[in-house]
Amino acid sequence: MARIEVNHIRHSYLPNPQKDSDFALKEVHHTFEDGGAYALLGPSGCGKTTLLNIISGLLHPSHGRLLFNGRDVTNLSTQERNIAQVFQFPVIYDTMTVYDNLAFPLRNRRVPEADVDRKVRETLDMIDLASLAKKKARGLTADQKQKISLGRGLVRSDVNAILFDEPLTVIDPHMKWVLRSQLKQLHRRFGYTMVYVTHDQTEALTFADRVVVMYDGEIVQIGTPAELFERPRHTFVGYFIGSPGMNVLPVSLDGRTATLGTQRIELPGVPKAEGGTVELGIRPEYVRLGREGMAVQVSKVEDVGRHKVVRANLEGREIAAVIGEDDEVPADPKVRFDPAGINIYAGSWRVEMGA
Amino acid sequence: MLELRNVTKTVGAQEHIRDVSLTLQHGSLNVLLGPTLSGKTSLMRLMAGLDAPTSGSVWFDGKDVTGQKVQKRNVAMVYQQFINYPAMTVYENIASPLRVAGVEQAKIDKEVRNAAALLKLTPYLDRTPLNLSGGQQQRTALARAIVKNASLVLLDEPLANLDYKLREELRAELPKIFAAAGTIFVYATTEPHEALLLGGNTATLSEGRVTQFGPTVEVFRKPVDLVTARTFADPPLNTIVLSKKGADFLLEGGVKLPVPPELAGIADASYTIGFQPHHLSLERPNASAVPVRAKVTITEITGSESFVHLDFADARWVMLAHGIFDFETDDEVEVFIDPRHIMVFDQNGRAVTASKLAA
Amino acid sequence: MDKTWNNKAWFLVLPVLVLVAFSAVIPLMTVVNYSVQDTFGNNVFFWAGTEWFEELLASDRFWEAMVRNQIFSFIILAIEVPLGIFIALNMPKKGWGVPVCLVLMALPLLIPWNVVGTIWQVFGRNDIGLLGYYVNALGIDYNYVQDPFDAWVTVIVMDVWHWTSLVVLLCYAGLVSIPDAFYQAAKIDGASRWAVFRYIQLPKMQRVLLIAVLLRFMDSFMIYTEPFVVTGGGPGNSTTFLSIDLVKTALGQFDLGPAAAMSLVYFLIILLLSWVFYTVMTNYDAER
Repeated sequence: MARIEVNHIRHSYLPNPQKDSDFALKEVHHTFEDGGAYALLGPSGCGKTTLLNIISGLLHPSHGRLLFNGRDVTNLSTQERNIAQVFQFPVIYDTMTVYDNLAFPLRNRRVPEADVDRKVRETLDMIDLASLAKKKARGLTADQKQKISLGRGLVRSDVNAILFDEPLTVIDPHMKWVLRSQLKQLHRRFGYTMVYVTHDQTEALTFADRVVVMYDGEIVQIGTPAELFERPRHTFVGYFIGSPGMNVLPVSLDGRTATLGTQRIELPGVPKAEGGTVELGIRPEYVRLGREGMAVQVSKVEDVGRHKVVRANLEGREIAAVIGEDDEVPADPKVRFDPAGINIYAGSWRVEMGA
Repeated sequence: MLELRNVTKTVGAQEHIRDVSLTLQHGSLNVLLGPTLSGKTSLMRLMAGLDAPTSGSVWFDGKDVTGQKVQKRNVAMVYQQFINYPAMTVYENIASPLRVAGVEQAKIDKEVRNAAALLKLTPYLDRTPLNLSGGQQQRTALARAIVKNASLVLLDEPLANLDYKLREELRAELPKIFAAAGTIFVYATTEPHEALLLGGNTATLSEGRVTQFGPTVEVFRKPVDLVTARTFADPPLNTIVLSKKGADFLLEGGVKLPVPPELAGIADASYTIGFQPHHLSLERPNASAVPVRAKVTITEITGSESFVHLDFADARWVMLAHGIFDFETDDEVEVFIDPRHIMVFDQNGRAVTASKLAA
Repeated sequence: MDKTWNNKAWFLVLPVLVLVAFSAVIPLMTVVNYSVQDTFGNNVFFWAGTEWFEELLASDRFWEAMVRNQIFSFIILAIEVPLGIFIALNMPKKGWGVPVCLVLMALPLLIPWNVVGTIWQVFGRNDIGLLGYYVNALGIDYNYVQDPFDAWVTVIVMDVWHWTSLVVLLCYAGLVSIPDAFYQAAKIDGASRWAVFRYIQLPKMQRVLLIAVLLRFMDSFMIYTEPFVVTGGGPGNSTTFLSIDLVKTALGQFDLGPAAAMSLVYFLIILLLSWVFYTVMTNYDAER
């Protein structure tokens, strides 16, 4: 296992990049700690897969260096870096048995057959495929195939890191739960350094200890799931994480008070905002619907089973609020913002609030 | 009105569709919910007329259309892959079904612009599909389906290849678009969450059978059997097999779970109890809730909530708890089951309900 | 999967059926007719029964030609398939090299058979031919008109030159359909070049290889034009393949009955061997 340092890495797919927009990865400087479970989260085209492929060595960065445990590996091949990677669509060697598929990366590295056997059997148990060991891999279902891909990563105990590129895309919802919790358990038990690329916030948040949110070739925030939820650094993070995303409302500030249209909202502190457009961000989970507060017109109530999402209009702005599964929308609905969930943004970036 | 009457489809020795009867009304949105290979696509192909049923019949507005080919049925289909004509502009793509039908130019222009506005494609009308994002490409395919003014529109996991957030946005818009069109929509998905957000009616599918069909929320809250309940649960449904004695279900360790009063009359036997992950809680939700001790296998945190995976006796459960709880593996925790929210299934997996008891 | 029944589809197939009937079924029936009769011309026929077939199967001339055919097809497959795979593997997968290579590969396929024969006939002559002259100048005694071995080498080289491209193009089509992720995964698994070929490229090429082998087998087994133009079946009978023998019998000696019997046997052998090839290869596929 290794600590992975991404040292001022930039990457462009063009031969002679000039402008900033020519870069798929603008500048990333970050250290993935040894044994950490990380997720790279962002919409398609944000550079997350590019970054992953640079770490695995499938891509050579245009600028910057990559270090494993302090050793420069920028110019080493994928094989020399000794990492494992699982792809979006299952890659299996379909002429081989399940057993041979798992043995393949070990045999390629000339591991003695006795050790191969031991490791393969361990891994088969881990991914719950022991009963299929002798079967040809081609007749299996998508999730079994993806488990094999996964197994080929896990079978090598000495890898520096295991990288995942949207590995659960082709898996049914129920199986996703099972595989995801298995992955997490494996991480807890063996302490691999894992980097997991996804556009799905639920996967990212539930898998990772720390989530790296990327947007347009840059990292916008790195944090624990709770930090990303409660204190999004950028309005993009607020929008991208959470379902529905954070409500972002344009306000003007006066000390501890924010003004939204004709409404005045008490803030938990005095924002240190200087210039730029000022916005107030509040997640639907912190919008309290009741008989007191600011009047809203409810346009729609979505019952999603475990709770309801209320879509309403506040001072000409669309906002969403989350209420309990048995709660009803009152006749004359009003909303209050829970001060604990209020964040203030200037020019889309979060500002601190003083006492 | 589209009716399937006792439709069966066998291919070789395999039964893809088993005795399905469904009635879909004009202006309705119907979700087909089920895992991969449960028969969603096969059923859609039968509805469209791309395949003929092995037995049974298909009726449209009171006319038997079994075996009538797809060209005569006025059907539109949208697939998981973004299928557009790559060499045509978005405008021409949307206009294509109208051109085939020989509609006059002025009307085509009006229809195309209406559909483009509805699907927010107006700025991209002059581009070709390959210069669009995945979301815009799928909007183009949707616009084409809508402009066709088909009497039946089939959507086969149309959002599956899109980013999570894009999916969320389109999902919110789709019901409005459907409501405006007034035709029969059929929408296949593997995700329970998606079915709930779309609303309308849901038919749950399992191994080629429709296990239940009705208003989406009703199917979700009152599944007729265990298979339906499992199909319509994400995270997976928590279940446990218990024996009922007198007024209680007996749990491991001498704990008693009171039988809901409306089911007091059921016989003493073995039952499967099912409940949703958010009905398992760390705090006592009400006086009748029953505490049990379970072992944590793993905790997943989403930011505001925690999914706690638990082992209780032989059962594997998931608890959705509000707030952040970072339990260690093998921690013992006390969790509460709310008897007001349990579903009871008999040994054949049929739901035991008060109305059934009365009958 | 049984689709909705649509009778109109038959009208689309009809032209092909008519074409096949006139180009294959009717001539074949004529051949069957000839093969059981004897004629001395003037459209006077006598019933001969299985006489021609018995005579044919008892003749050394037939079996010698047959053995020549099998050796030839074996050599052709043994050279063209591995060579074709090798070239396909080394062709560029993207960039400006792709169209260049594809056009170069397609060139020999565009040249008519008899022209290929003529080209090589001249090319190999040891007085004025570029190849023949220089090979002899190097001190190798090469003369395809006199030496049976040289004649064989010439016909084989000619066929390899003409038809390896077909194998290359088919294999190339199979190779470019392999997603990048497979190569990336192989790199990560530390697979050697050989392992990548054995476990990724070869399995993915399997279907097109089946077609390539079948096509090349049938074509090489039916070889006619090239040896006819270059060697005329000689020296001696050394390059007299079944097809050449057939033409000699039918047109040279005007023995229509024996020629018809021979072509029927020839046809059945090709059918049988192609079927064997096909079943063996597809069964192998299914077992795995």
